Amino acid sequence: MNTLDQVEAAYLRDDLPDFGPGDNVKVNVRVVEGGRERVQVFEGVVIARGGGGLRETFTVRKISFGVGVERIFPVHAPIIHSIEVTRRGDVRRAKLYYLRDRIGKATRIKEKRDS
Amino acid sequence: MKAILGEKMGMTQIFDDDAQAIPVTIIKAGPCRVIQIKTAESDGYEAIQIAYRELPANRTIKPVAGHFAKAGVPPHKYLVEIRVDDASAYSIGQEIGIADVLEEGARADVAGISKGKGFQGVMKRHNFKGMDAGHGVHRVHRAPGSIGACATPARVFKGKKMPGRMGGERTTVLNLEVVQVDAERGLVMLRGAVPGTKGAVVLVREAVKARG
Repeated sequence: MNTLDQVEAAYLRDDLPDFGPGDNVKVNVRVVEGGRERVQVFEGVVIARGGGGLRETFTVRKISFGVGVERIFPVHAPIIHSIEVTRRGDVRRAKLYYLRDRIGKATRIKEKRDS
Repeated sequence: MKAILGEKMGMTQIFDDDAQAIPVTIIKAGPCRVIQIKTAESDGYEAIQIAYRELPANRTIKPVAGHFAKAGVPPHKYLVEIRVDDASAYSIGQEIGIADVLEEGARADVAGISKGKGFQGVMKRHNFKGMDAGHGVHRVHRAPGSIGACATPARVFKGKKMPGRMGGERTTVLNLEVVQVDAERGLVMLRGAVPGTKGAVVLVREAVKARG
């Protein structure tokens, strides 16, 4: 392991579940409002994971009031309280950017069945 | 001034107490050995010479080997002289680690050889603005424009900023915040970027401008 990885290892989070593109997740985000902290939920489908090590990020897309909203989270950021995987998706590519061009029924993703 | 030589390991990011991601450069500093001590009596000024990165004896030419033998230290690849306030506080052969130079929360300067950029135009090399994208400008969008007057002085002044080789020169960045010092592994984390490639040898010193 090179030195950079060793340094990063101290900051990596290991309390998060495995998830990947196509999965539906609930991301519990810590929000500080007026000095008070609360947890806000951002629920949607993971359309990408990017980067590596401590700089790894993932993109969650949801439709909010008819408008597509995407949020990019750093995987190891302390603002993430926890992540729940609600549904495993069966997809054939790593980046699901094609979902941006689809609406309604066409955005459905097959559920992954454990074989 | 305290200083140490080290190797740039690369950049990453860490999260601070406010959960903000901050960009950091990691430098593996030292260990360095004191090779020579210069005092006001012996040389007219106070300085120490430090050496970094040990070399096998057969990779050293004899004059250099003799210089190291005098200090009783195995030969090293890099030698740097550092001005200090009181050179008598150091002893020959003494090992200098990162903890002797910097502490967390302090400020640091880093000097190194910047990455070579090759032959570059004036916009990248000297931050010229270039010309308009339109309004009749034709094929000279990134050109320097006029480089001087006409019959007087009938020449271009020396030092005129023109295209040419960029990078690959000694550069110093000032006042980087010291985010973390790991004395055990000899690592220091500085906020922001430092000159040079990964693996480049850099000089890390306490910030000259933080001394007030």
